[in-house]
Amino acid sequence: MTGTRSAARIALLIVTWAMRLVAVILVIATFNFVLVRAAPGDPAMVMAGQSGGADPKILDDLRKEYGLDKPYLVQLATHLGRVLTLDLGYSYRQRRPVLDLILERLPATLLLTLTAFCLALLIGTTLGALAGLAAGSIVDTLFTVLSLLLYATPVFWLGLMLVLVFSVTLGWLPPFGYETINAKMTAIERVFDIAKHMIMPVMSLAAIYLAIYARLMRSSIIEVSHQDFIKTARAKGLAPARIVVGHMLRNALVPVVTVAGMQAGALVGGAVVIETVFAWPGLGRLTFEAVLQRDYPVLLGIFLILSIIVIALNLVTDLIYRLIDPRMTTEAA
Amino acid sequence: MNRREFTAAMLAAGAAIPLGITRAAGQTKGGTLNTIIQPEPPVLVTAFNQQQPTLTLGGKIYESLLKYGADLKPMPGMAQSWEISPDGLTYTFKLFPGITFHDGKPMTSEDVVFSCMKVLTETHPRARQNFARVASAEAPDPLTVVFKLKQPFAPFLGCFDCTSAPIVPKHIYEGTEFRKNPMNDKAIGTGPFKLKEWVRGSHVHLVRHDGYYRKDEPYLDEIIYRIIPDGASRALALENGTVQLVQWSDVEFFDVQRFKSQKNLEFTTKGYEYFAPHQWLEMNNRVAPMNDKRFRQAIMHLIDRDAMNKRIYFGNAKVATGPISSKTRFYDGKVKRYEFSIEKATALLDEMGLKPGANGKRTELKYLVPPYGEVYQRAGEFFRQSFSKAGIDLVLVGTDMAGWAEKVGNWDYEMTQNLLYQLGDPALGVARTYISSNIKKGILFSNTQGYSNPEVDRLFEEAALALDEAKRQELYSKVQQILVEDVPVAWTLELEYPIIYDKAFKNIVTSGIGSHETFGSVYKS
Repeated sequence: MTGTRSAARIALLIVTWAMRLVAVILVIATFNFVLVRAAPGDPAMVMAGQSGGADPKILDDLRKEYGLDKPYLVQLATHLGRVLTLDLGYSYRQRRPVLDLILERLPATLLLTLTAFCLALLIGTTLGALAGLAAGSIVDTLFTVLSLLLYATPVFWLGLMLVLVFSVTLGWLPPFGYETINAKMTAIERVFDIAKHMIMPVMSLAAIYLAIYARLMRSSIIEVSHQDFIKTARAKGLAPARIVVGHMLRNALVPVVTVAGMQAGALVGGAVVIETVFAWPGLGRLTFEAVLQRDYPVLLGIFLILSIIVIALNLVTDLIYRLIDPRMTTEAA
Repeated sequence: MNRREFTAAMLAAGAAIPLGITRAAGQTKGGTLNTIIQPEPPVLVTAFNQQQPTLTLGGKIYESLLKYGADLKPMPGMAQSWEISPDGLTYTFKLFPGITFHDGKPMTSEDVVFSCMKVLTETHPRARQNFARVASAEAPDPLTVVFKLKQPFAPFLGCFDCTSAPIVPKHIYEGTEFRKNPMNDKAIGTGPFKLKEWVRGSHVHLVRHDGYYRKDEPYLDEIIYRIIPDGASRALALENGTVQLVQWSDVEFFDVQRFKSQKNLEFTTKGYEYFAPHQWLEMNNRVAPMNDKRFRQAIMHLIDRDAMNKRIYFGNAKVATGPISSKTRFYDGKVKRYEFSIEKATALLDEMGLKPGANGKRTELKYLVPPYGEVYQRAGEFFRQSFSKAGIDLVLVGTDMAGWAEKVGNWDYEMTQNLLYQLGDPALGVARTYISSNIKKGILFSNTQGYSNPEVDRLFEEAALALDEAKRQELYSKVQQILVEDVPVAWTLELEYPIIYDKAFKNIVTSGIGSHETFGSVYKS
C-alpha cells in the first residue's frame, strides 16, 4: 500500500515536472518569438536586396512562402504549435530543415565549448585553490594578476594574437578551420588534426572563464578556510591534505558550480566570436548569420535548443549540488 | 653539316616545335585552386540567389549563352554564334553541340527556353524584368533558340551572362516548386566544375566536369572555396598560401596595399568591367534640406573624392563624375564638375537660406551606416568630418543588414551610402536608380532617394529602345548632363576591387566578369 502510494507520488512529481518543463519551454518560445520579431528588418527584403534588386511580385511570393503575410498572432500560434510537435521549421535563407542545419553544426560547437568549459573549470579551480591556499604569497599575487589579465582580455583580440604568434610567426598551428580540407587521413590522424585545429579556439574561449573560476575559487577557499569546521578539523589533528580535499574544496566548490552552471549557456555566446575568428563551422556562426539575415525559423530553432540545453544544465547543476553537499538533499527534503 | 646531321637537326626541331607550343601555352592539366567565398552562399543555384558569393561560386557550375569581354562586347558562352534581325526584334542563338549537364543529360535549346521563360521570371528579379520584354521564346531544334521581343530593347544581348541568365536543367525542375526542389542541394549545371561536397560553415569542394564541351577544359582538377568569415583571417590565408586567390572584398581595402608587393602574387583590378561597381552618397530627396537641388550640389562640393579615394580606399578606386561609370558603355565625361570647395558649398547653402545658427551649425542629419564592412564606417566618418566644415552635423547611425535594408527600402532614412553594379549598359544597371517608375516603396536598390524628372524618364526610355549606337550615346550624354546638374545622389567613387592570385595560376581574368567566370581555362603552370 505504501509502495503504491510512493510510486504514485513519484509519478505525480514526474508529471508535474514535465508539465512545468513544457510550460517553461512555451514561455521561452513565446518570448523568443517576440524578441526576434521586435528587431527591425524583413527577411524577404534582405534576400531580395542581396540579389541587387527586387521586384514586388518576388517579394510577395517570398512573404507568402514564409508565412510572413499572415497576422502576427497567427504566426505566433503556428510557431508554438510547431514547438509542441518538435518541428523547428524550414530555413528561409538556406531552404533546408532547421533541425538539419542545427544538427550539422551542433557537434563542432559542443566539441569547442565543452572542451573549453572543462579546461576552464579544471585549470581555473586548480589555480584558484592554489592561490587561495597560499593567500598573500607571491604565488597568489601571480595567479591573481594572471586571472585579472585573462578576464580583461577581449576574446577576439586574444584569438588574433594567438594566430599571430603560433601560426604566423612560429607556424606551429593551423590559423583557422576545423580540420585540414581535402586531406587523406586515417581516423587517428584525423583526430590529431582536429585536436591541432582546436588548440587556439579552445584557449581563446577558455581564457575568460578560466579567470572567472580561478578568482571565484580563490575567494571561496579563503572564506571557507576561516570557517569553524576547518578550525575543528585542524584541532582534531587531521592531515592538511585531508582538510583541503575533504572539507575545504568540497565546500568551496559550491559557488563555482553555481556560476559554472549559469555560464555554460553563455559559452555559446562566446563561441559566436571565436567561431568567426577561427572559421569554426559551428552553431555560433549559424546564429550570427541568422540574426543578420533575419532567418527567423533558424534563430527560433537555435534559441529553443539552447534553452533546453540550459534547462538541462540547471538540472545537472542541482544534482551536482547534492553530490557535493549532502545537506542540500536534506534541506530540499 | 652533313646530310645525316641536317636530318637529325630537323627532326629535333620538328619535335621541339610542338613541345615549344605546349610550353608556350603551358596549359597543363591538374592542380587544385584554393580560394575564399565570403559570406557563405545560402544556395549554389544562381537562378535562385544572386548574392555576389553565390554568383562567384555558381559561375563555375552554371553557364549562360554569352560572356562579355573587358570591352563589354559579347563573346561565346554556351552559344557559339548569334544573329539579330534588322528590326531588332528577333535574336537567334546557335548553341555549341555536345553540352551536357553534370548528371550526364544533354543540354538543349529547350532547357534555355525553360530557364529563361519559366524559372528566371519567377525567381530572379533582374531576369524577370529583362525577359518580360520577350513576346515568345522558341526552340526550333535542339541547338537553336529564338527570342522575339515585344519591342526593340537595345541591350538585350547584354542579358545573357552567367549571373543574369543561368541555365538550369528542365528535366529536374519542370513541374516542381523551383525553390524547394530537393535537387537544389546537388546544383546541377553545365559548367566546367561540379559540386562534390559542401560542408556548411567550412568549405565547398568543386571537381572537374569530365563531360565539359570545351576541348581540354577544365584544366584544373578541383577548386576549393573556403569559408573564412573574419577579414584578418582571410588576409592571413592569402599571405601564408592557404588560398591562392581572393576577389571582391575578400581582403579589406586597407589590406590590399601590402599584397601588391608580395612577390608570388599577381594583382589586378581587371575583371570587373561588366559590373563596374559605382558608389554614391544617397540623400533622401523627399526630406528637407535634401529636397533642394542646391543643398545636394553643396554636398558634391564638400566631398573631396581624391582624398576619400586615398584615405579610405587606399587608391583602389577612381573618382566618379556622374551616374554612369567610365567603364560602362555610353559614359560621357564632359559633364559639370564639382570641385572640392567649401566656399562654393557654403555659398550654395547661404543662397538657399540655410544659415548657420548661434552654435555654427546649419543643420543636423542622420547618416545610416551601411553594414557591409569597416570601410563603410570609415567613409561615414569621412563624410561627417567633411560636412562639419560647412556647418552640417552628420550623426552616424549604426544598424545591421536587415535594419539597413528595411530603412532604405522604406525611405526611412536621411543619408546613407549605396553601391550598384552597372551591368555593362545604362539601360540594365543605371536607369533603375533614377527613373520615376522605379520609385517603389519596400523595394531595395530601386529609386529609393525618390528623384523624379520626366525628362530623365523620357531620355532613359528612348535610349533603351534606340538601336542606333550614336543615337543612344547622344541620349545618354544628355541624361548625364541633367543628372549631374540635379544631383539626385552624390556620386563618389568607381570602386576598383582587386583580384589577387598566386602567379602560378594563369587565365584567372579572361573577361569582363572576372571572378564570376567559369575558370574552365584556368591552369596551374
